[in-house]
Amino acid sequence: MNDVYSRAGGAADPPYLSPDYVGTRTRSPKRPLIVIPQTLSEITGPVYGHGDVTPEAADLTRQHAGEPLGERIIVKGRVLDEGGRPVPNALVEIWQCNAAGRYRHAVDQHDAPLDPNFTGAGRCVTDAAGNYQFISIKPGAYPWRNHANAWRPAHIHLSLFGPSFLTRLVTQMYFPGDPLFPFDPIFNSVPDPKARERMICRFDLTATRPEWALAYNFDIVLRGSRATPLDPDHA
Amino acid sequence: MPERTPSQTVGPYLHIGLTQGGYGAREIFAAVVADPGLSGTHIRIEGRVWDGEGNIVPDAMLEIWQADDQGRYSHPADGRPLASNSFRGFGRCPTDKDGGFAFDTVKPGSVAGPGGSQQAPHINVGVFSRGLLKRLFTRIYFDGDPANATDPILALVPADRRGTLLAKADPAKPGLFRFDVRLQGADETVFFEA
Repeated sequence: MNDVYSRAGGAADPPYLSPDYVGTRTRSPKRPLIVIPQTLSEITGPVYGHGDVTPEAADLTRQHAGEPLGERIIVKGRVLDEGGRPVPNALVEIWQCNAAGRYRHAVDQHDAPLDPNFTGAGRCVTDAAGNYQFISIKPGAYPWRNHANAWRPAHIHLSLFGPSFLTRLVTQMYFPGDPLFPFDPIFNSVPDPKARERMICRFDLTATRPEWALAYNFDIVLRGSRATPLDPDHA
Repeated sequence: MPERTPSQTVGPYLHIGLTQGGYGAREIFAAVVADPGLSGTHIRIEGRVWDGEGNIVPDAMLEIWQADDQGRYSHPADGRPLASNSFRGFGRCPTDKDGGFAFDTVKPGSVAGPGGSQQAPHINVGVFSRGLLKRLFTRIYFDGDPANATDPILALVPADRRGTLLAKADPAKPGLFRFDVRLQGADETVFFEA
């Protein structure tokens, strides 16, 4: 059985063990992964789409009685595969802290205020051209206990399935010019500087809505199906 | 051509976006994969997630992906009709304060493998947590299933590590299987790359 999905593209991902990110030291496997063929179990995957998500779920500023505090933003982009093909009907799930850098989560004890008008969770499904869009507020930076005076750069978590079990991606979107980049072991767990840049959204003046919100563009590129089989006899 | 977006950890607050039951938003994923009326052998798989120091991992999330009892996936790449339109074959469960998770499902059937082979019944598993910079991928097989002996994927696993992939039936509770995930250490679970 020939591969349906590329393998080489994984080079952009961080290694499991990235010692500066302390949590990886006891949670990363020490044995090498066992390489297996791509069978029906791997080239299939969960299918969720427009029927599962309401349009309101893409607006994180309209989930409560009032509007959340902070800088309103539009986050938009396309979901593509490595071949440049759009990924339509793809579920995108996001979560983030509020403008003060606090998550609405029992574990988060950062001394910053919760916002009664902000949960920080959103979902949407890409259209036929792979486009998605969220309305939210710009998340704040926040401290964590990885090392002395550790702060996470502002980020939004994103989770996508793509068309198969092998295209699953969870990542974080960062904002341009963040002064915390050089000090963040999670951002820097990605070894290739060019690959790190692919986690930073781009300010998009043309998508900005005058008198209302700034816009950021973030294209997400999933592992792609191979364009040309290596072994045509068995394609 | 565009290049792939790198993976990053789900972090400790994944529940807000991924398992929202406690946060008021509409839940679309569940740890119940099979409705009670679905054909097949109904089973429950319980387990815990452990780190390399023998501590439980209370902030992980498991996702499972499986075929129905006829070995058919609810996906266009399979293409065969399913007995039930309600079956999607996907489940998601966060670990609790004791590192525990549980899925209610049916035992999957055998699935086609490479070169005309048959794969033994198995459930595909993704593991996410703080401290995991990218998903880990493993499989649950069923201890004692005669099809394991000829499974082409198990054959790639050193014999002394295959046990980490076997869910074991609980003799006291019919239908209950136990399967732990050990992220690191002497009994480290076998993880795959495909």
